[in-house]
Parts: sequence; C-alpha cells; structure tokens
Amino acid sequence: MRLPRPLYLLALIGFALLLLPIVGLVSRVRWETLGDDLFSSESMTALGLSLGTAACATVVCVVVGLPMALLIGRTGRRTASVLRTLVLVPLVLPPMVGGLALLSLLGRSGLIGRPIFEWSGYSLPYTTAAVVVAQSFVALPFFVITLEGALRTSGISHEQIAATLGAGRWRVLSRVTLPLVMPGLVAGTVLSFARALGEFGATALFAGNAQGVTRTMPLAIYTAFNGVGVTQDSAVALSLLLLVSAAVVVCGLRSWREDAVR
Amino acid sequence: MSRTARVSAALLALLALILAACGSNDDKADGSSDAKITIFAAASLQGSFDDLSAAFTKAHPEYTVAPIVYDGSQALAKQIVEGADVDVIAFANESSLDPVTEAGLSDKGSIFATNTMEIAVAPGNPKHITTLADLAKPDVTTVLCAPEVPCGSASQKLLKAANIDVKAVSEETNVTSVVTRIANGEADAGLVYATDVAAAGDKLEGVTLPNADDAINRYPIVVPKNAPSPEAAKAFADFVLSAEGQKILKQYGFGPA
Repeated sequence: MRLPRPLYLLALIGFALLLLPIVGLVSRVRWETLGDDLFSSESMTALGLSLGTAACATVVCVVVGLPMALLIGRTGRRTASVLRTLVLVPLVLPPMVGGLALLSLLGRSGLIGRPIFEWSGYSLPYTTAAVVVAQSFVALPFFVITLEGALRTSGISHEQIAATLGAGRWRVLSRVTLPLVMPGLVAGTVLSFARALGEFGATALFAGNAQGVTRTMPLAIYTAFNGVGVTQDSAVALSLLLLVSAAVVVCGLRSWREDAVR
Repeated sequence: MSRTARVSAALLALLALILAACGSNDDKADGSSDAKITIFAAASLQGSFDDLSAAFTKAHPEYTVAPIVYDGSQALAKQIVEGADVDVIAFANESSLDPVTEAGLSDKGSIFATNTMEIAVAPGNPKHITTLADLAKPDVTTVLCAPEVPCGSASQKLLKAANIDVKAVSEETNVTSVVTRIANGEADAGLVYATDVAAAGDKLEGVTLPNADDAINRYPIVVPKNAPSPEAAKAFADFVLSAEGQKILKQYGFGPA
C-alpha cells in the first residue's frame, strides 16, 4: 500500500527523534578505554545482575500475568474495563513513586513490612529479591495489556468449538487459546523483559544501590554518571553495553516469534 | 507533486511552530536588571541557599534569583560542562568543581563554608550507636553515599582513617537519600553532613565524631566565565561571602570558611 507522501516525512522525523540521540551517545564512546570499562568486574557484575533479575521478573510476569490477561480477556466488557484500568495504574506512575509505594508497603516501616520485620527480623529492601519485585511491578502491566489485546482479537469461537467437542479446560487453554495468541505472548514477554532491564527509579528507591546485590546496569550507569572523570566515560560505555544486550535479547526472542507466526 | 510539497511544507512549519512554542523560554531582556540569576547548588545547600537568596533579594531588590537548581555536585558539573547556562556555582567540595575548571569554564572560586560529617541515627538512638565502629556491627543496617560522590568520598576517608570496614546495604548517589532512608526507618545509621542533621530537625539525631576533621568539606562558590548575567552573579557570590551571608550559613550548621 502506498501512503500519502507527507506521512513518509513525518515518519522520518519520528525515526530521527528516536535514533539520532543514540547515534549521539555512540559518538561519545571512548573506544580506547571501552574494553576496560566493559569488562571491569563491576560492570560485568552489574550486567549479570541485570540480566538475572530481569529474567526472574519476566518469569514472574508470565506466571501471574498470563492468568490476569486471560481473566480480563474473557470476562464481560464492563468488568474488563475496570480491571484494565487497575492494571494500567503502575504504568502511569512515575517509577520513583512506584518505588515509594513499594517501600510504604514492604519496607521495614511499611504496612506489611513492619510486622514481618518485627516478628522475623527479615526485611525485603536492599536484597536482590527487592530488585525483582520492583522490576515485576513496573513490567507486569506491559505484559498483561499486550497479551490481553491479543486475546480480545483472537475471539472465543475456536475455544467454544473445542469445548463442544469435549476438550477440558486445560486442554482448551494449552491446545487452542495459547497457540492462537502466541505472537502476543512473545511480544508481551519481550516488552516486559526490556522494561525490567531498563528499570531504574523503583529499584533505586526500593532496593537501594549496593554493588553485586542491587546495583543493576541502570543504577551502575547512574552511579558512574555521578562520579568524576574516568567513571563518566564508563557510564557511556555501560549504556552502550545495556543497549547492545537489550537488542540481542529482543532480536533473539523476535526470531523465535517469527517461527510462532505460521 | 506541488500539493505534496505544499502539505509537507505546512506540516514542517507546524512542527517548527510547536517546537518553537515549547522551546521559548524567558526571553533575555537586555536590561540586566530583570535577568534572573541562575544558581546551581549542591543538594546539601538546600535550605541555606533559599534563605540566602531571599535575604539577597531583600538587600538588592534590583536583582531577581531564579528557583535554585539543587542536585548532586557531580550531576550539576556534568550539566555545566554540557553547556547549561548558569550564573553561580556552589558545590559541596573542591574536586567536584574540577571538570568545570578543566573545561576552561571557570576558575577555582572561593571557599564560602565548611561542613563535617556526623553519624545520623533515628531519634533516641535506639541502637546506641556512639562510634564509627558501631556502623560495622551485623545488627546495624548502614547506608552510605557512593564513593564517587562528595559525601561518599568523605565517608570513605573517615572510615579509612579509623581503619573500619563497613558493608553498606545501599550506596546512595546523594546525601539526601541517606537522610531519607534513616528518617523513614528503612535503615539504622549512616554518615551524613552536620548540616543534614541540623536540617532534619527531630526526624534524626546526630552523633559527632572525634575524628570529623579528617574529612572536612570545603564549599567553593564561583561565577563561571560565560555567566549570562555576570554582574548580578558576582553580587550574589559576594553576598554569600559577606558577614550577613556567613551568619545565615552558620544557622544551618555550616562551619566558617
């Protein structure tokens, strides 16, 4: 299909807005020290922690997000719109506020956190688990909304036919519903992983910033950015590393998705 | 084709207009009297510089001060080197000014205040923390500033001088978040400036350190070479260094320059 010509121009401006800043970032990289910056133990620790926690958060999103999306996608219109709004709340909260909300619930002086801390001496903040919780909190809406959209468009006729032919609940879900929405499922997974990988605000506030425990890539970048001299160069190098690793993961998942779509 | 060109031109013009409308900041009046003084100040100067700016405009009604930008000194230095327009720079230590001087944007300025470190604890000091060594105890949750930032390098200096190794549960990028975590009960103790303890009122208690002078912070103030309103900027810097300015700083727990 051929588009009206002005649209091409606008699309070009949009692409430029998205991509040129990244070109600018790459132009700042000091190539002679790049290797040292990238393969320093600090940055490797941060990258490993980031990939690990983002993967955990993605698993959490799939495990609880899939039932949520099915619930929203298969209830009546009115209930669905209420539930959808509830899911969207964390999406519009500034991440810092999300972190504050998590602290007020699960922190040492939080609603649930305080009794748990007083009773067992255990508190969630400053642990790697807190990072996963923060990332899940911000990434879950992306997963649910993407998958729910796919479920709405796939409709229920196939499921009804399968049910009339005697398939049980689990069988309908695993043989009909999920294969139909597979592209949406993969897209949601990729999105929530990318969101978790770049998560900064909620993590900084809720989990803190301790090397090897809660200092993920975005926090390492921010910490380096706050330093002087050499560390500022490594902030740029780390940003590049985060960019490349995100691209690799997303491309890997996408190619898998191409297979999923007939 | 001509229609396409026309529509494209119209769209471009519209976009340019939108951007121009968004980007038009306060237009520079040529009478420098209503030019606003832009001040970048370290986070630890928050209360005192608001007071200083109020007292300054009272003493010099011909000048106006824009809302002061407070942040970590390093982040501010970065913004200045990247070309942010600023009239007065006030940082929490001399080394954070280095990127600015190295870029040839300013000289070293003058020292206008000093600040020492204290241990911040919850009111009533429930964990009975009296020395630096207490911060290393396993049942004490300690937050510190990251070594990269001024409050962090000062903390490291103190701990090294006392030969104590503290495992912080979190290394914050500014001193304000250390204060917040202790004030909210999310941590037991941390190293902050004397001024932060003074500013937190009854939310925090300070434990003074015998070796506090091992890590004394000198606060430089400087008018950069390309300040948009240099004359007004100099007047403000002089006011901070004057007896009246020093009196205000003292109220906030700062030591003399």
